Amino acid sequence: MTTSPDTPAGPARPAALVNGEPYPLDGPVPVTDLVARLVPEVVVDGVPRGVAVAVDDAVVPRGAWDRTEIRPGMRVEVVTAVQGG
Amino acid sequence: MGTTSTTSTTSTTSTTSTTSTTSTTSIDAPLTIAGTSLGSRLVLGTGGAASLLALEDALVASGTELTTVAMRRVARPTPGAAGPAATGDTSIWGLLERLGIRPLPNTAGCFTVREAVLTAQLAREACGTDWIKLEVVADDVTLLPDPAGTVEAARILVDDGFTVLPYTNDDPVTARHLADAGCAAVMPLGSPIGSGLGIANPRNIEAIAAASPVPVILDAGIGTASDAALAMELGCDGVLLATAVTRAADPVRMARAMRLAVEAGHDAAHAGRMPRRERALASSPADGRVAVGGATGPDARDNLDLAL
Repeated sequence: MTTSPDTPAGPARPAALVNGEPYPLDGPVPVTDLVARLVPEVVVDGVPRGVAVAVDDAVVPRGAWDRTEIRPGMRVEVVTAVQGG
Repeated sequence: MGTTSTTSTTSTTSTTSTTSTTSTTSIDAPLTIAGTSLGSRLVLGTGGAASLLALEDALVASGTELTTVAMRRVARPTPGAAGPAATGDTSIWGLLERLGIRPLPNTAGCFTVREAVLTAQLAREACGTDWIKLEVVADDVTLLPDPAGTVEAARILVDDGFTVLPYTNDDPVTARHLADAGCAAVMPLGSPIGSGLGIANPRNIEAIAAASPVPVILDAGIGTASDAALAMELGCDGVLLATAVTRAADPVRMARAMRLAVEAGHDAAHAGRMPRRERALASSPADGRVAVGGATGPDARDNLDLAL
């Protein structure tokens, strides 16, 4: 929880770990904005569909996306339904 | 002799008609899970389909009203390549909505209770359903369910308000623990995931179905239609399969075969099958056989006589 993700070689830039990969952040980003950047195709009429987000192993309910900010060092999972099972 | 035979025929007939009256009721009762009735006893998985178009045709042919989906990380946009593979994958969502098929998200790929619980919670948020196909798998070689982890995760999820449909092995005791934990159904495997080996231990499946207070859905191992029919004849309330359809040479035809097999097996299970006999029993009357050369042939034996 306290460990930061490995920073790639080069000048250190603050980053969150999004789906297992470093995601550079210049400042805090609301979950809503992160989702819109990652998967713009799932946002229909401003409402993201079929996507869920967890931050540091806890689900962030959609109603809390606007007020939940992603900051450097956070571990974020953004998932959706795919074929399977 | 003739009187005895008539009496026994009459009593058999009345027993049969009682049985069929009872079974008509259960045939008409749909598969109901946690108070929700489903129009089909076949649950189709979506894994392994070559394309969404092929999957759609197979889903329609199967008549399913409940379909599994997996939860996976969205693909990160890659510079230069607009609309990566994720676009195709995410449209499974639109496909199910269009067909009016209820999604059953799973926790496939989870090896620990924590992974399974978090995946279930994400699925509830993403898919807007509290139904979850719980999978806590012991290792990535056998893909067998971890009984202890599955029961523990089931308790946590039931407490959290989920409608839990756990994938479990064919052990009647584990199935009982899962039902006791509050699961809405239990889903024992026929044989390992993706093996197509059918039902390895039919007696255990029959025992689970006979004892379970919640619906039993045979999950995993189905290879062809007769496997699905057997599952239903053993007393299962439904069948879940994916690979048997998606990896068939003609998935649409196999989907239809599975639909018919599940219906046939269910009817057979409730039709009161005839008893098994060690010896033959003629089904044509013994009297009135033609005579050749003035003889009527050998005297009617017991097996012919009984046929009346």
